[in-house]
Amino acid sequence: MATRIDHDRAPAPAGPGALADVEVTSETPPGPPPAPPTRPAGRWRGRGGQRAHLSGKAKLGLGIIAFFLLLAVFGPLLAPMNPSAVGAKPLQGPSLAHLLGTTQTGQDVLSQLLVGARSTVFVGLLAGLVATALSVGVGVSAGFLGGASDEGLSLLSNVFLVLPALPLLIVVLSELRSSSDVVVALVIALTGWPWGARVLRAQTLSLRRRDFVLAARESGESTWRIVVAEILPNEVAVIAASLVGTVIFAIITTVTLAFLGLLDPSRWSWGTMLYWAQSDEALSAGAWWWFVPPGLCVAVLGMGLALTNFAIDEYSNPRLREGDQAVRSRRSRRPRLTDPTPYRPELATRAAATNGAATNGSGAGAAGAGAL
Amino acid sequence: MRFLARRIGFYAVAVLVAVTINFFIPRLMPGNPVEILISRFPGTLTPKATAALDLQFGIHTHQSLVGQYFSYLGTLLHGNLGQSITYYPSSVASVIASSLPWTLVLIGVSTVIAFVLGTLVGILVAWRRGGWLDWLLPATTFFSAVPYFWLALIAITLFSLNLHLLPVSGGYSSSTTVGFNGPFLASALEHALLPALTIVVSSVAGWILGMRNMMITTMAEDYVLTAQAKGLSDRRVVLAYAARNAILPSVSNFSLALGFVVTGSIVLEIVFSYPGIGYVLFNAVTNEDYPLMQGIFLVIALAVLLANFVADLVYFALDPRTRQGG
Repeated sequence: MATRIDHDRAPAPAGPGALADVEVTSETPPGPPPAPPTRPAGRWRGRGGQRAHLSGKAKLGLGIIAFFLLLAVFGPLLAPMNPSAVGAKPLQGPSLAHLLGTTQTGQDVLSQLLVGARSTVFVGLLAGLVATALSVGVGVSAGFLGGASDEGLSLLSNVFLVLPALPLLIVVLSELRSSSDVVVALVIALTGWPWGARVLRAQTLSLRRRDFVLAARESGESTWRIVVAEILPNEVAVIAASLVGTVIFAIITTVTLAFLGLLDPSRWSWGTMLYWAQSDEALSAGAWWWFVPPGLCVAVLGMGLALTNFAIDEYSNPRLREGDQAVRSRRSRRPRLTDPTPYRPELATRAAATNGAATNGSGAGAAGAGAL
Repeated sequence: MRFLARRIGFYAVAVLVAVTINFFIPRLMPGNPVEILISRFPGTLTPKATAALDLQFGIHTHQSLVGQYFSYLGTLLHGNLGQSITYYPSSVASVIASSLPWTLVLIGVSTVIAFVLGTLVGILVAWRRGGWLDWLLPATTFFSAVPYFWLALIAITLFSLNLHLLPVSGGYSSSTTVGFNGPFLASALEHALLPALTIVVSSVAGWILGMRNMMITTMAEDYVLTAQAKGLSDRRVVLAYAARNAILPSVSNFSLALGFVVTGSIVLEIVFSYPGIGYVLFNAVTNEDYPLMQGIFLVIALAVLLANFVADLVYFALDPRTRQGG
C-alpha cells in the first residue's frame, strides 16, 4: 500500500543528490534536470532505476486525474446533444433520454457537463502551470540569491499571500471585461503563485549551503547551471506538490468566478452550469440533478489532486505515511532512517505546508511569522 | 521586540500595496469607467454624482498620476470611498458599514469553531495513528476540495427545502426589528446556523491535516521521547509536550487559511442571500458598481491584514523564541 522507501535499497553515494537531505532528495536522479513536474508522481524513478511503488492513495488520485483529463479532451465529442439547444421538456429528472435530466429551458445537463469539462480543466491546468513557473522563479531566486533580493522577493510573496484573492480577482476581471479562458487562467495565476514561492524559497535556502552545491560553486559552475542541475532536481517533489495545490486552487476559483457571473455565461463550463442553475432557481425547483453533478465533478477532481499531493508528501517524508507497518512500529521512537539529519523546522513545516496546500490551497506558506 | 517591529513594518507595506492596487486597477484597465457607468445609468446620475465619480477615478482633473495618487490617499484617510451606484444615494462607506458586521460575526465565529475543532481532532488522529480515525483523512479531503457554495446548495436542499429545519435565505426574519432584542438575535442565530455550518465543514479539514502532520513530526522528537521515558501519562505527553509545540505552525497558518475562508464566505453569502459584505459585492458586480467593488476589496483586504496581525500577536505570546530580541 505504501510507497517503498527508495534510499533504503539504493546504492550509496550515486551522485550529488546523495549528499543532500535524505528526506527530500532520494527520488531525484543526479545529473540532467528532470522533465517539468507535470508528470504524475508515479512515474518518478528511484536512483536504482526501480519504479517507485505507488500507494493506494496515489493510484486513486492519479486515476481520478487521468479520468478528468480524458474527459476534458474527449468530453465535448461525447456529448449526446448540443448543450445550448433548448428542448421541449424543461426540468425533467434523470431519464433514459436525458441521463442527467434537463434544465429550466430543457437543455441536456449531461451534455453541458461533458462540454464544460474542457474549459474548467484547461483553466485549472494553465493557471496552475503559470503560477508554478512564477513561484519557482521567485522562490528559487529569493532563496538562492539571498540578501536584498531575498528580502524584496519574500516581501512581495508575503504581501500577495495575505491579500484576499477573490475580491481582487472580481475587481480585476470585471474591469477587464474579457473572459477568454486564457485571460482568466493568467489572472488566476497572478494570485496563485505566492504559496509555492514561499515553500520553494525555504527549500532552496536549506539546499544552498549543502556540500554538493558548495562543491559545484568551487568548481566554477555558473549560477544557472547550479540552479538547474543541482538545486531544481532536489526540489521536484516540492514543485510537484505546489503545482497540484495550485491547480486545485485555480479550478475552485474559476468555478467560483463563473458561478458569480464574472465569466461569459454563454460558454459552457462547470461554473457557468452552476451560474445558470442558481439564476434559474434550480434550488427552489428541487432540480438537484442540475446543480449536483458539476459540483461533484469539481469535488472529485479536487480530491484526486489532493490525494496525489498526499502521496507526494509521504514519498518525500516517510513519517507521514499512515498504516505503514514499518513506520507505525517505530511510532514511539525516532525513525532511524531520517535520523542523520538534525531537525530542521523549515522542512517540518514544509511537510505540513504542502499538505495544507493540497486541501484548500491555503497551507503552503506555513510558519509565516516564525520564518521572519 | 524585533519580531513585532518587523511584522508591523510588513503590514504597513501590505496596506500600502492594497491601497496602491486599488488605485491603479481602474486606471490600467481599458475604457473609461466613468463613461461606462454613465452610459449604463442614463438619467439616474445627477451631475453632482458624475462629478464625484470623475473625482474618484481621477478623470478630467488635469492632475498628474502622482498627484492623483496623493489626493486619492487623502480622500481615503478621510474614510471617503466614494459614491455607490447600486445603493444610490448611499455612500460606499455607509453601505460597507451596514453589511460588514454580519460578515465579521459569521466568519469570526465559524473560523474559531473550525480552528479549535480541527486542531483537537488533528491531535487525536495523530495520537491514535493507524486506528479507525484514519478514515477521517479521505473524508476531509473530499470536503476540502468542494467549493463552499456548492456545499451550501446541498445543505439548503437538505435542511431547508426537504427537512424544513432552517430558513433558506436572508440574515434575519423580516418580522423582527434589527437591534439588540431577543427575537431579532434568535432569528439572526437561526439564519446564521446553516452558513456557519457550511464554513466549518469545509474549512475544518485543513486544520485537521495541518495539525496531524505537525504532530507526527513533533512526536518523533527527542523531548517527547524523554517525556515518555520519565513515565509521564500519555495524555500529558501528547498535550503538554507534543501538541503544544505542534500548534505553532497552525497558528501561523491561520493567516493563509483566513484568505480562503473569506473567499468562501463571500460566495456563501450570495447563495444564502446573507446581508453581509459578500452579498453586497455580488450586487456591485451585477450592477458594474466599480466604486463599491473597490471599496469592498479595500475593506476586506484591511480586515484580513488586521486578523493576520492578531494571529501574529498570538504567535508572539505563544512562542518565547520570538521575544528573545533576535
